[in-house]
Amino acid sequence: MLYDYLAGPFVEFPFLRRALVGAIALALGCGPIGTLLVLRRMSLMGDAMSHAVLPGAAIGFMFAGLSLPAMSLGGLGAGLLVALLAGIVTRLTPLREDASFAAFYLMSLALGVLIVSTHGSSIDLLHVLFGTILAVDDTALILVAGIATVTLVALALLYRPLVLDAFDPGFLRSVGVPGSTIHGLFLTLVVLNLVAGFQALGTLMAVGLMMLPAAAARFWAREIWSLAAVSSALAALSGYLGLLVSYHADLPSGPAIILVAGLLYLISVGLGRRDSIRTRYFVKSHLAA
Amino acid sequence: MSRQGAAVTVEDLTVAYERHPAIHHIRGQFAAGSLTAIVGPNGAGKSTLVKTIAGTIRAVSGRVRRDPAGPASLAYLPQQSEIERGFPITVLDTVLLGAWRRIGWHRAAGRPEMDAALAALDAVGLAHFEQRGVSTLSAGQFQRVLFARLMVQDAPLILLDEPFTALDSKTTRDLLALVERWHGEGRTIIAVLHDFDQVRAHFPDSLLLARELVAWGRTESVLTPENQAAARRISEAWDENAGACHEAAEDALRVGT
Repeated sequence: MLYDYLAGPFVEFPFLRRALVGAIALALGCGPIGTLLVLRRMSLMGDAMSHAVLPGAAIGFMFAGLSLPAMSLGGLGAGLLVALLAGIVTRLTPLREDASFAAFYLMSLALGVLIVSTHGSSIDLLHVLFGTILAVDDTALILVAGIATVTLVALALLYRPLVLDAFDPGFLRSVGVPGSTIHGLFLTLVVLNLVAGFQALGTLMAVGLMMLPAAAARFWAREIWSLAAVSSALAALSGYLGLLVSYHADLPSGPAIILVAGLLYLISVGLGRRDSIRTRYFVKSHLAA
Repeated sequence: MSRQGAAVTVEDLTVAYERHPAIHHIRGQFAAGSLTAIVGPNGAGKSTLVKTIAGTIRAVSGRVRRDPAGPASLAYLPQQSEIERGFPITVLDTVLLGAWRRIGWHRAAGRPEMDAALAALDAVGLAHFEQRGVSTLSAGQFQRVLFARLMVQDAPLILLDEPFTALDSKTTRDLLALVERWHGEGRTIIAVLHDFDQVRAHFPDSLLLARELVAWGRTESVLTPENQAAARRISEAWDENAGACHEAAEDALRVGT
Protein backbone atom coordinates (compact mmCIF):
# COMPACT_ATOMS: atom_id res chain seq x y z
CA MET A 1 0.00 0.00 0.00
CA LEU A 2 2.63 2.49 1.11
CA TYR A 3 4.90 1.07 -1.58
CA ASP A 4 2.22 1.73 -4.19
CA TYR A 5 1.95 5.27 -3.00
CA LEU A 6 5.68 6.08 -2.73
CA ALA A 7 7.24 4.00 -5.52
CA GLY A 8 4.32 2.82 -7.63
CA PRO A 9 4.05 5.81 -9.96
CA PHE A 10 7.75 5.62 -10.81
CA VAL A 11 7.56 1.89 -11.50
CA GLU A 12 4.51 2.29 -13.65
CA PHE A 13 5.36 5.36 -15.75
CA PRO A 14 8.66 5.71 -17.63
CA PHE A 15 8.20 9.47 -18.03
CA LEU A 16 8.05 9.87 -14.23
CA ARG A 17 11.15 7.70 -13.87
CA ARG A 18 13.01 9.88 -16.33
CA ALA A 19 11.86 13.00 -14.53
CA LEU A 20 13.13 11.55 -11.25
CA VAL A 21 16.53 10.65 -12.69
CA GLY A 22 16.71 14.13 -14.20
CA ALA A 23 15.88 15.76 -10.88
CA ILE A 24 18.53 13.71 -9.07
CA ALA A 25 21.18 14.56 -11.68
CA LEU A 26 20.20 18.19 -11.32
CA ALA A 27 20.48 17.93 -7.54
CA LEU A 28 24.06 16.61 -7.79
CA GLY A 29 25.26 19.73 -9.58
CA CYS A 30 23.01 22.28 -7.91
CA GLY A 31 23.90 21.30 -4.32
CA PRO A 32 27.55 22.35 -4.37
CA ILE A 33 26.93 25.27 -6.74
CA GLY A 34 24.21 26.67 -4.47
CA THR A 35 26.40 26.19 -1.41
CA LEU A 36 29.21 28.15 -3.04
CA LEU A 37 26.77 30.88 -4.12
CA VAL A 38 25.68 31.27 -0.48
CA LEU A 39 29.27 31.27 0.78
CA ARG A 40 30.26 33.85 -1.81
CA ARG A 41 27.29 36.03 -0.81
CA MET A 42 25.91 35.70 -4.30
CA SER A 43 22.55 34.17 -3.41
CA LEU A 44 20.65 36.64 -5.57
CA MET A 45 23.17 36.36 -8.39
CA GLY A 46 21.77 32.94 -9.27
CA ASP A 47 18.34 34.49 -9.50
CA ALA A 48 19.60 37.24 -11.79
CA MET A 49 21.39 34.74 -13.99
CA SER A 50 18.30 32.55 -14.27
CA HIS A 51 16.38 35.48 -15.75
CA ALA A 52 19.27 36.35 -18.02
CA VAL A 53 19.05 32.93 -19.66
CA LEU A 54 15.56 33.57 -21.07
CA PRO A 55 16.18 35.48 -24.34
CA GLY A 56 18.77 32.92 -25.44
CA ALA A 57 16.34 30.10 -24.79
CA ALA A 58 13.67 32.09 -26.63
CA ILE A 59 15.89 32.62 -29.65
CA GLY A 60 16.71 28.91 -29.66
CA PHE A 61 12.98 28.23 -29.48
CA MET A 62 12.34 30.65 -32.35
CA PHE A 63 14.71 28.80 -34.65
CA ALA A 64 14.18 25.22 -33.61
CA GLY A 65 10.90 25.07 -31.74
CA LEU A 66 10.72 23.24 -28.44
CA SER A 67 14.14 21.68 -29.00
CA LEU A 68 16.18 21.29 -25.88
CA PRO A 69 19.70 21.44 -27.40
CA ALA A 70 18.91 24.65 -29.31
CA MET A 71 17.27 26.30 -26.32
CA SER A 72 20.05 25.21 -23.98
CA LEU A 73 22.74 26.53 -26.28
CA GLY A 74 20.87 29.82 -26.61
CA GLY A 75 20.34 30.03 -22.85
CA LEU A 76 23.98 29.32 -22.17
CA GLY A 77 25.03 32.02 -24.64
CA ALA A 78 22.66 34.61 -23.19
CA GLY A 79 23.67 33.84 -19.60
CA LEU A 80 27.37 34.08 -20.36
CA LEU A 81 26.85 37.27 -22.37
CA VAL A 82 25.05 38.94 -19.46
CA ALA A 83 27.79 37.81 -17.06
CA LEU A 84 30.42 39.15 -19.44
CA LEU A 85 28.71 42.51 -20.00
CA ALA A 86 28.08 42.96 -16.28
CA GLY A 87 31.72 42.11 -15.62
CA ILE A 88 32.90 44.68 -18.16
CA VAL A 89 30.73 47.44 -16.68
CA THR A 90 31.93 46.54 -13.17
CA ARG A 91 35.49 46.80 -14.35
CA LEU A 92 35.17 50.06 -16.27
CA THR A 93 32.90 52.01 -13.92
CA PRO A 94 32.36 52.41 -10.19
CA LEU A 95 29.01 50.56 -10.43
CA ARG A 96 29.09 47.47 -8.22
CA GLU A 97 28.77 44.00 -9.69
CA ASP A 98 25.30 43.27 -8.27
CA ALA A 99 23.89 46.48 -9.74
CA SER A 100 25.33 45.87 -13.20
CA PHE A 101 24.01 42.31 -13.08
CA ALA A 102 20.56 43.59 -12.19
CA ALA A 103 20.64 46.04 -15.11
CA PHE A 104 21.62 43.45 -17.68
CA TYR A 105 19.39 40.64 -16.46
CA LEU A 106 16.35 42.92 -16.54
CA MET A 107 17.08 43.92 -20.12
CA SER A 108 17.68 40.29 -20.95
CA LEU A 109 14.42 39.17 -19.32
CA ALA A 110 12.38 41.82 -21.13
CA LEU A 111 13.98 40.90 -24.43
CA GLY A 112 13.23 37.25 -23.79
CA VAL A 113 9.55 37.83 -23.00
CA LEU A 114 9.33 40.05 -26.07
CA ILE A 115 10.76 37.38 -28.34
CA VAL A 116 8.61 34.58 -26.96
CA SER A 117 5.40 36.60 -27.04
CA THR A 118 5.90 37.75 -30.62
CA HIS A 119 7.07 34.41 -32.00
CA GLY A 120 5.18 31.81 -30.04
CA SER A 121 1.97 31.13 -28.22
CA SER A 122 1.44 31.84 -24.55
CA ILE A 123 1.65 28.09 -23.97
CA ASP A 124 5.21 28.18 -25.29
CA LEU A 125 6.02 31.06 -22.99
CA LEU A 126 4.70 29.04 -20.05
CA HIS A 127 6.87 26.10 -21.10
CA VAL A 128 10.00 28.22 -21.22
CA LEU A 129 9.24 30.11 -18.02
CA PHE A 130 7.98 27.20 -15.93
CA GLY A 131 9.37 24.10 -17.59
CA THR A 132 7.80 20.71 -18.21
CA ILE A 133 9.65 18.13 -16.22
CA LEU A 134 7.26 15.42 -17.35
CA ALA A 135 8.38 15.94 -20.93
CA VAL A 136 12.00 15.17 -20.10
CA ASP A 137 13.22 12.87 -22.87
CA ASP A 138 16.47 10.98 -23.34
CA THR A 139 18.23 13.95 -24.95
CA ALA A 140 17.29 16.10 -21.99
CA LEU A 141 18.48 13.45 -19.55
CA ILE A 142 21.84 13.15 -21.29
CA LEU A 143 22.20 16.92 -21.25
CA VAL A 144 21.35 17.23 -17.56
CA ALA A 145 23.59 14.31 -16.61
CA GLY A 146 26.39 15.69 -18.77
CA ILE A 147 26.17 19.09 -17.11
CA ALA A 148 26.11 17.51 -13.65
CA THR A 149 29.24 15.53 -14.55
CA VAL A 150 31.08 18.54 -15.94
CA THR A 151 30.07 20.54 -12.86
CA LEU A 152 31.35 17.99 -10.38
CA VAL A 153 34.62 17.48 -12.24
CA ALA A 154 35.16 21.24 -12.59
CA LEU A 155 34.37 21.80 -8.92
CA ALA A 156 36.83 19.09 -7.93
CA LEU A 157 39.53 20.87 -9.94
CA LEU A 158 38.63 24.41 -8.79
CA TYR A 159 37.52 23.63 -5.24
CA ARG A 160 40.38 25.10 -3.25
CA PRO A 161 40.74 28.41 -5.14
CA LEU A 162 36.95 28.81 -5.23
CA VAL A 163 36.61 28.39 -1.49
CA LEU A 164 39.63 30.55 -0.79
CA ASP A 165 38.32 33.29 -3.06
CA ALA A 166 35.24 33.52 -0.85
CA PHE A 167 37.19 33.33 2.42
CA ASP A 168 40.27 35.46 1.81
CA PRO A 169 40.51 36.81 -1.76
CA GLY A 170 43.59 38.94 -1.03
CA PHE A 171 45.55 35.88 0.07
CA LEU A 172 44.49 33.93 -3.03
CA ARG A 173 45.80 36.69 -5.30
CA SER A 174 49.00 36.99 -3.28
CA VAL A 175 49.85 33.33 -3.93
CA GLY A 176 49.55 34.02 -7.64
CA VAL A 177 46.08 32.66 -8.46
CA PRO A 178 44.04 34.99 -10.69
CA GLY A 179 40.85 35.46 -8.68
CA SER A 180 38.86 37.00 -11.53
CA THR A 181 39.46 33.93 -13.71
CA ILE A 182 38.21 31.69 -10.91
CA HIS A 183 35.16 33.93 -10.50
CA GLY A 184 34.46 33.79 -14.24
CA LEU A 185 34.71 30.00 -14.34
CA PHE A 186 32.36 29.77 -11.40
CA LEU A 187 29.77 32.01 -13.09
CA THR A 188 30.01 29.75 -16.14
CA LEU A 189 29.17 26.76 -13.95
CA VAL A 190 26.22 28.64 -12.46
CA VAL A 191 24.84 29.37 -15.93
CA LEU A 192 25.40 25.76 -17.04
CA ASN A 193 23.41 24.44 -14.10
CA LEU A 194 20.60 26.91 -14.64
CA VAL A 195 20.43 25.76 -18.25
CA ALA A 196 20.33 22.16 -17.03
CA GLY A 197 17.43 23.07 -14.78
CA PHE A 198 15.26 25.03 -17.13
CA GLN A 199 13.90 22.19 -19.24
CA ALA A 200 12.62 20.60 -16.09
CA LEU A 201 11.75 23.59 -13.95
CA GLY A 202 11.65 26.53 -16.33
CA THR A 203 14.00 29.50 -16.42
CA LEU A 204 12.21 31.21 -13.54
CA MET A 205 12.39 28.30 -11.14
CA ALA A 206 15.63 26.55 -12.07
CA VAL A 207 17.38 28.63 -9.45
CA GLY A 208 15.01 27.33 -6.77
CA LEU A 209 16.62 23.90 -6.69
CA MET A 210 19.97 25.67 -6.34
CA MET A 211 19.25 28.16 -3.57
CA LEU A 212 16.56 26.66 -1.34
CA PRO A 213 18.44 23.45 -0.48
CA ALA A 214 21.69 25.39 -0.04
CA ALA A 215 20.03 27.83 2.34
CA ALA A 216 18.38 24.96 4.22
CA ALA A 217 21.65 23.02 4.52
CA ARG A 218 23.08 25.86 6.60
CA PHE A 219 20.90 24.62 9.48
CA TRP A 220 22.19 21.04 9.37
CA ALA A 221 25.86 21.06 8.43
CA ARG A 222 28.97 23.06 9.15
CA GLU A 223 31.81 22.13 6.81
CA ILE A 224 31.69 23.12 3.17
CA TRP A 225 31.66 19.53 1.91
CA SER A 226 28.85 18.53 4.24
CA LEU A 227 26.89 21.68 3.34
CA ALA A 228 27.17 20.68 -0.32
CA ALA A 229 26.24 17.07 0.39
CA VAL A 230 23.20 18.05 2.47
CA SER A 231 22.18 20.53 -0.26
CA SER A 232 22.32 17.84 -2.91
CA ALA A 233 20.42 15.41 -0.72
CA LEU A 234 17.70 17.97 0.03
CA ALA A 235 17.48 18.90 -3.66
CA ALA A 236 17.10 15.25 -4.65
CA LEU A 237 14.50 14.73 -1.92
CA SER A 238 12.61 17.78 -3.17
CA GLY A 239 12.67 16.33 -6.67
CA TYR A 240 11.30 12.99 -5.49
CA LEU A 241 8.62 14.37 -3.16
CA GLY A 242 7.69 17.11 -5.62
CA LEU A 243 7.10 14.57 -8.40
CA LEU A 244 5.09 12.40 -6.04
CA VAL A 245 2.89 15.31 -4.97
CA SER A 246 2.56 16.42 -8.56
CA TYR A 247 1.42 12.91 -9.59
CA HIS A 248 -1.01 12.26 -6.76
CA ALA A 249 -2.50 15.74 -6.57
CA ASP A 250 -2.35 16.35 -10.30
CA LEU A 251 -0.28 19.54 -9.97
CA PRO A 252 2.36 20.99 -12.32
CA SER A 253 5.67 19.35 -11.42
CA GLY A 254 8.04 22.34 -11.48
CA PRO A 255 6.26 24.46 -8.87
CA ALA A 256 5.55 21.33 -6.82
CA ILE A 257 9.26 20.50 -6.63
CA ILE A 258 10.25 24.03 -5.70
CA LEU A 259 7.49 24.30 -3.10
CA VAL A 260 8.66 21.06 -1.49
CA ALA A 261 12.19 22.51 -1.45
CA GLY A 262 10.71 25.62 0.17
CA LEU A 263 8.92 23.52 2.77
CA LEU A 264 12.18 21.68 3.57
CA TYR A 265 13.83 25.07 3.95
CA LEU A 266 11.18 26.26 6.41
CA ILE A 267 11.44 23.02 8.40
CA SER A 268 15.23 23.49 8.52
CA VAL A 269 14.94 27.08 9.72
CA GLY A 270 12.60 25.94 12.47
CA LEU A 271 14.01 22.60 13.53
CA GLY A 272 17.54 22.27 12.10
CA ARG A 273 20.44 20.96 14.13
CA ARG A 274 22.47 24.19 14.03
CA ASP A 275 21.41 27.77 14.73
CA SER A 276 17.78 27.02 13.96
CA ILE A 277 14.96 28.71 15.83
CA ARG A 278 14.58 25.54 17.93
CA THR A 279 18.21 25.43 19.06
CA ARG A 280 18.44 29.17 19.60
CA TYR A 281 15.28 29.78 21.57
CA PHE A 282 13.95 26.47 22.86
CA VAL A 283 17.00 24.56 24.00
CA LYS A 284 18.41 25.73 27.32
CA SER A 285 21.96 26.98 27.04
CA HIS A 286 24.57 25.39 29.27
CA LEU A 287 24.59 28.52 31.42
CA ALA A 288 20.87 28.43 32.09
CA ALA A 289 20.72 24.71 32.81
CA MET B 1 66.43 29.24 11.09
CA SER B 2 68.16 32.05 9.28
CA ARG B 3 67.67 33.01 5.69
CA GLN B 4 68.29 35.82 3.27
CA GLY B 5 65.46 38.36 3.15
CA ALA B 6 64.06 39.65 -0.11
CA ALA B 7 64.83 43.10 -1.47
CA VAL B 8 61.98 45.18 -2.87
CA THR B 9 62.63 47.98 -5.32
CA VAL B 10 59.85 50.43 -6.12
CA GLU B 11 60.39 52.16 -9.46
CA ASP B 12 58.38 55.33 -10.06
CA LEU B 13 55.16 53.59 -9.01
CA THR B 14 51.71 55.06 -9.69
CA VAL B 15 48.50 53.18 -8.90
CA ALA B 16 45.02 54.53 -9.55
CA TYR B 17 41.43 53.56 -8.82
CA GLU B 18 39.02 54.76 -11.50
CA ARG B 19 41.67 57.17 -12.75
CA HIS B 20 42.17 58.83 -9.36
CA PRO B 21 45.72 58.14 -8.33
CA ALA B 22 45.98 56.37 -4.98
CA ILE B 23 49.75 56.56 -4.91
CA HIS B 24 51.82 58.74 -7.11
CA HIS B 25 55.40 58.32 -8.38
CA ILE B 26 56.78 56.40 -5.43
CA ARG B 27 60.39 55.31 -5.72
CA GLY B 28 62.89 53.74 -3.39
CA GLN B 29 64.07 50.44 -1.96
CA PHE B 30 63.28 48.16 0.94
CA ALA B 31 66.64 46.60 1.72
CA ALA B 32 66.92 42.85 2.22
CA GLY B 33 66.29 42.05 5.87
CA SER B 34 64.85 45.48 6.69
CA LEU B 35 61.89 46.07 9.02
CA THR B 36 59.85 48.99 7.70
CA ALA B 37 56.63 50.64 8.85
CA ILE B 38 54.43 52.36 6.29
CA VAL B 39 52.61 55.26 7.96
CA GLY B 40 50.45 58.14 6.79
CA PRO B 41 46.98 59.65 7.06
CA ASN B 42 43.83 57.75 6.06
CA GLY B 43 43.55 57.47 2.29
CA ALA B 44 47.28 57.98 1.88
CA GLY B 45 47.63 54.82 -0.20
CA LYS B 46 49.35 52.66 2.41
CA SER B 47 47.29 49.54 1.70
CA THR B 48 47.51 50.24 -2.02
CA LEU B 49 51.30 50.25 -1.86
CA VAL B 50 51.35 46.98 0.08
CA LYS B 51 48.89 45.33 -2.29
CA THR B 52 50.92 46.42 -5.28
CA ILE B 53 54.03 44.91 -3.72
CA ALA B 54 52.02 41.74 -3.04
CA GLY B 55 51.02 41.72 -6.71
CA THR B 56 47.28 41.74 -6.02
CA ILE B 57 46.67 45.04 -7.84
CA ARG B 58 48.37 46.38 -10.91
CA ALA B 59 50.30 49.60 -11.34
CA VAL B 60 49.30 52.29 -13.84
CA SER B 61 52.93 53.12 -14.41
CA GLY B 62 56.24 52.19 -12.90
CA ARG B 63 56.73 48.85 -11.20
CA VAL B 64 57.79 46.85 -8.19
CA ARG B 65 60.74 44.52 -8.47
CA ARG B 66 61.12 41.83 -5.88
CA ASP B 67 64.27 39.81 -5.51
CA PRO B 68 63.63 36.89 -5.40
CA ALA B 69 60.48 37.37 -7.49
CA GLY B 70 57.45 35.06 -7.73
CA PRO B 71 54.45 34.59 -5.47
CA ALA B 72 56.21 31.88 -3.45
CA SER B 73 58.69 34.38 -2.04
CA LEU B 74 56.20 36.54 -0.20
CA ALA B 75 53.64 36.16 2.56
CA TYR B 76 50.82 38.71 2.71
CA LEU B 77 48.49 39.47 5.58
CA PRO B 78 45.37 41.30 4.33
CA GLN B 79 43.38 43.63 6.55
CA GLN B 80 40.98 41.66 8.72
CA SER B 81 38.02 43.49 7.18
CA GLU B 82 38.87 41.93 3.82
CA ILE B 83 38.48 38.40 5.18
CA GLU B 84 35.16 36.64 5.70
CA ARG B 85 35.44 35.74 9.37
CA GLY B 86 32.18 33.79 9.56
CA PHE B 87 33.43 31.32 6.95
CA PRO B 88 33.00 27.61 7.71
CA ILE B 89 36.68 26.68 7.82
CA THR B 90 38.71 25.27 10.67
CA VAL B 91 41.74 26.89 12.27
CA LEU B 92 43.95 24.06 11.01
CA ASP B 93 42.79 24.41 7.40
CA THR B 94 43.34 28.16 7.54
CA VAL B 95 46.90 27.72 8.78
CA LEU B 96 47.56 24.96 6.22
CA LEU B 97 46.75 27.46 3.45
CA GLY B 98 50.18 28.83 4.29
CA ALA B 99 51.60 25.72 2.62
CA TRP B 100 49.96 26.75 -0.66
CA ARG B 101 53.13 26.71 -2.71
CA ARG B 102 53.70 23.07 -1.76
CA ILE B 103 50.08 21.83 -1.81
CA GLY B 104 48.61 24.27 -4.38
CA TRP B 105 45.24 23.55 -5.94
CA HIS B 106 45.05 19.80 -5.38
CA ARG B 107 47.74 18.12 -3.33
CA ALA B 108 46.95 16.93 0.17
CA ALA B 109 48.85 18.34 3.10
CA GLY B 110 51.34 15.75 4.30
CA ARG B 111 53.07 15.17 7.61
CA PRO B 112 55.63 18.01 7.18
CA GLU B 113 52.89 20.58 6.40
CA MET B 114 50.78 19.33 9.29
CA ASP B 115 53.71 19.53 11.70
CA ALA B 116 54.57 23.04 10.50
CA ALA B 117 50.96 24.17 10.99
CA LEU B 118 50.70 22.72 14.50
CA ALA B 119 54.08 24.19 15.46
CA ALA B 120 52.97 27.60 14.16
CA LEU B 121 49.72 27.41 16.14
CA ASP B 122 51.74 26.56 19.20
CA ALA B 123 54.03 29.55 18.55
CA VAL B 124 51.10 31.99 18.39
CA GLY B 125 49.63 30.58 21.60
CA LEU B 126 46.76 28.66 20.04
CA ALA B 127 47.82 25.06 20.62
CA HIS B 128 44.78 22.73 20.65
CA PHE B 129 42.66 25.22 18.70
CA GLU B 130 43.21 23.37 15.41
CA GLN B 131 39.73 21.85 15.10
CA ARG B 132 37.85 25.02 16.05
CA GLY B 133 35.95 26.87 13.34
CA VAL B 134 37.35 30.35 12.70
CA SER B 135 33.90 31.87 13.23
CA THR B 136 34.15 30.98 16.93
CA LEU B 137 37.36 32.97 17.43
CA SER B 138 37.76 36.49 18.79
CA ALA B 139 39.40 39.13 16.60
CA GLY B 140 42.66 38.66 18.49
CA GLN B 141 42.61 34.88 18.16
CA PHE B 142 41.79 35.15 14.48
CA GLN B 143 44.77 37.45 13.94
CA ARG B 144 46.97 34.91 15.75
CA VAL B 145 45.72 32.26 13.30
CA LEU B 146 46.68 34.47 10.36
CA PHE B 147 50.13 35.00 11.89
CA ALA B 148 50.46 31.22 12.16
CA ARG B 149 49.61 31.02 8.46
CA LEU B 150 52.38 33.55 7.75
CA MET B 151 54.81 31.34 9.67
CA VAL B 152 53.86 28.29 7.59
CA GLN B 153 54.37 30.35 4.43
CA ASP B 154 57.97 30.77 5.60
CA ALA B 155 58.67 33.53 3.06
CA PRO B 156 61.68 35.87 2.78
CA LEU B 157 59.30 38.85 2.43
CA ILE B 158 56.37 39.46 4.78
CA LEU B 159 53.73 42.14 4.10
CA LEU B 160 51.38 43.10 6.95
CA ASP B 161 48.39 45.37 6.33
CA GLU B 162 47.31 46.91 9.65
CA PRO B 163 48.25 43.80 11.63
CA PHE B 164 47.45 45.23 15.08
CA THR B 165 44.27 47.22 14.43
CA ALA B 166 41.55 46.52 17.03
CA LEU B 167 43.71 44.10 19.04
CA ASP B 168 44.21 44.25 22.80
CA SER B 169 47.65 45.09 24.20
CA LYS B 170 48.54 41.50 25.14
CA THR B 171 47.83 40.20 21.64
CA THR B 172 49.66 43.13 20.08
CA ARG B 173 52.68 42.48 22.31
CA ASP B 174 52.77 38.78 21.42
CA LEU B 175 52.44 39.40 17.70
CA LEU B 176 55.03 42.20 17.76
CA ALA B 177 57.42 39.75 19.38
CA LEU B 178 56.83 37.41 16.44
CA VAL B 179 57.53 40.22 13.98
CA GLU B 180 60.81 40.93 15.77
CA ARG B 181 61.67 37.24 15.71
CA TRP B 182 61.11 37.16 11.93
CA HIS B 183 63.28 40.26 11.62
CA GLY B 184 65.98 38.47 13.60
CA GLU B 185 65.74 35.58 11.13
CA GLY B 186 66.74 37.99 8.36
CA ARG B 187 63.36 38.30 6.63
CA THR B 188 62.27 41.55 5.03
CA ILE B 189 59.14 42.89 6.73
CA ILE B 190 56.87 45.72 5.60
CA ALA B 191 53.91 46.70 7.81
CA VAL B 192 51.16 49.30 7.51
CA LEU B 193 50.74 50.86 10.96
CA HIS B 194 48.95 53.73 12.69
CA ASP B 195 50.50 53.86 16.13
CA PHE B 196 53.57 56.15 15.92
CA ASP B 197 54.84 55.17 19.38
CA GLN B 198 54.77 51.53 18.33
CA VAL B 199 56.63 52.38 15.12
CA ARG B 200 59.31 54.33 17.00
CA ALA B 201 59.77 51.51 19.50
CA HIS B 202 59.89 48.55 17.14
CA PHE B 203 60.50 49.59 13.54
CA PRO B 204 63.98 50.79 12.52
CA ASP B 205 62.79 52.13 9.14
CA SER B 206 59.68 54.05 8.12
CA LEU B 207 58.01 55.22 4.97
CA LEU B 208 55.69 58.22 5.37
CA LEU B 209 53.10 58.32 2.62
CA ALA B 210 50.45 60.85 1.59
CA ARG B 211 49.81 59.51 -1.91
CA GLU B 212 53.15 61.16 -2.62
CA LEU B 213 56.22 59.88 -0.86
CA VAL B 214 56.88 62.32 2.02
CA ALA B 215 59.87 60.66 3.62
CA TRP B 216 61.54 57.25 3.67
CA GLY B 217 64.48 56.18 5.82
CA ARG B 218 65.44 55.71 9.46
CA THR B 219 62.33 56.07 11.60
CA GLU B 220 63.76 58.88 13.76
CA SER B 221 64.46 61.01 10.69
CA VAL B 222 61.11 60.19 9.05
CA LEU B 223 58.65 60.70 11.89
CA THR B 224 59.52 64.32 12.54
CA PRO B 225 56.80 66.90 13.30
CA GLU B 226 57.68 68.71 10.04
CA ASN B 227 57.21 65.59 7.91
CA GLN B 228 53.95 64.72 9.62
CA ALA B 229 52.64 68.24 9.04
CA ALA B 230 53.65 67.98 5.39
CA ALA B 231 51.83 64.65 5.07
CA ARG B 232 48.68 66.20 6.50
CA ARG B 233 48.91 69.19 4.17
CA ILE B 234 49.40 67.06 1.07
CA SER B 235 46.57 64.78 2.04
CA GLU B 236 44.24 67.75 2.58
CA ALA B 237 45.32 69.35 -0.69
CA TRP B 238 44.50 66.10 -2.50
CA ASP B 239 41.13 65.85 -0.88
CA GLU B 240 40.15 69.42 -1.72
CA ASN B 241 41.37 69.51 -5.25
CA ALA B 242 41.92 66.12 -6.80
CA GLY B 243 42.36 67.64 -10.27
CA ALA B 244 45.30 69.90 -9.55
CA CYS B 245 46.72 67.36 -7.18
CA HIS B 246 50.24 67.18 -8.40
CA GLU B 247 51.08 70.85 -8.06
CA ALA B 248 49.25 71.08 -4.75
CA ALA B 249 51.25 68.17 -3.43
CA GLU B 250 54.53 69.66 -4.53
CA ASP B 251 53.65 73.06 -3.04
CA ALA B 252 52.83 71.40 0.24
CA LEU B 253 56.12 69.52 0.20
CA ARG B 254 58.07 72.70 -0.50
CA VAL B 255 56.42 74.50 2.39
CA GLY B 256 57.20 71.54 4.61
CA THR B 257 60.92 71.36 3.96
